[in-house]
Amino acid sequence: MSDTATAVSQVDLSVVLIDICVLSMMAVTAIAIARLRSLFALVMLSGVYSLLSATWFVIVDAVDVAFTEAAVGGGISSALILGAMLLTVRVAKEDKPLKRLAPALVVIATGGVLLYATIDLPGFGDANSPANMYLAQEYLQRNYPDIGIPNVVTSVLASYRGFDTFGETGVVFIAGVAVALLLGFGERSLSASLAKRQKGEEE
Amino acid sequence: MTLLAAAALALFVSIVLLLIRLFIGPTLYDRVLAVNSVGTKIVVLLALVGFLMGRPDFLDIALLYALINFVTTIAILKFFRYRSFQVSLIKPEAEQNGEAQ
Repeated sequence: MSDTATAVSQVDLSVVLIDICVLSMMAVTAIAIARLRSLFALVMLSGVYSLLSATWFVIVDAVDVAFTEAAVGGGISSALILGAMLLTVRVAKEDKPLKRLAPALVVIATGGVLLYATIDLPGFGDANSPANMYLAQEYLQRNYPDIGIPNVVTSVLASYRGFDTFGETGVVFIAGVAVALLLGFGERSLSASLAKRQKGEEE
Repeated sequence: MTLLAAAALALFVSIVLLLIRLFIGPTLYDRVLAVNSVGTKIVVLLALVGFLMGRPDFLDIALLYALINFVTTIAILKFFRYRSFQVSLIKPEAEQNGEAQ
């Protein structure tokens, strides 16, 4: 019995250590993002930042969030920011020191308030927290006999909340089609006209 | 367990080294390579964390990360070579010759 207890505490300890390592690396990356002026380095750093945060989401068991973060933050958004960067300059202008003070103060104040709010939060995985006591138990018990999918999140998203998810998918699809129509395809697309303009400037 | 923890520690050290290269990296390609390597380290780290927490199903997530990491690196490099995603990576023979001139 005591062997299991020590094994469990060892696992907890190592998970806590990994948490601390990942979070401190995220903090260092964020500070570097705030301080660097080269826009390309910023794009790369934000990609690394979202990879690290996705790792942290996996460690705290939010696997679906981690998937989204890795695909959107690490993949698509760095490509989009790169595209935006090509339309502007490569190096950001140096700010006056005092100008950077006000945003820093706002960020520190907001962070302090959020930290203060965490005091009231129930512990991680607390069985007596409101989120774990009422409806969640019902879903956990009924999910497998009802739907037959072992993952509760999937069964809630795709079955209990099926119409909601369907509507969301429709909205995302319409948004994607609208953006694609605005940017255009082939010869009349934004990138083609930009390339044409650049060629004209070179000649 | 000790073995896995030591491996995780080694991975953290290497990620920190890569982050330093990412911060000071003089050229663009240093940074692309650093980002790609950080991604690779994170894939291995996720697999290790899965075994440390007794949940080897994390391996699937690690595989997905490996795929995303690869595609992102190719996308960034392609963007810097051609300044657009709408160019096929394999160019026709005539165009290649034209470009070389």
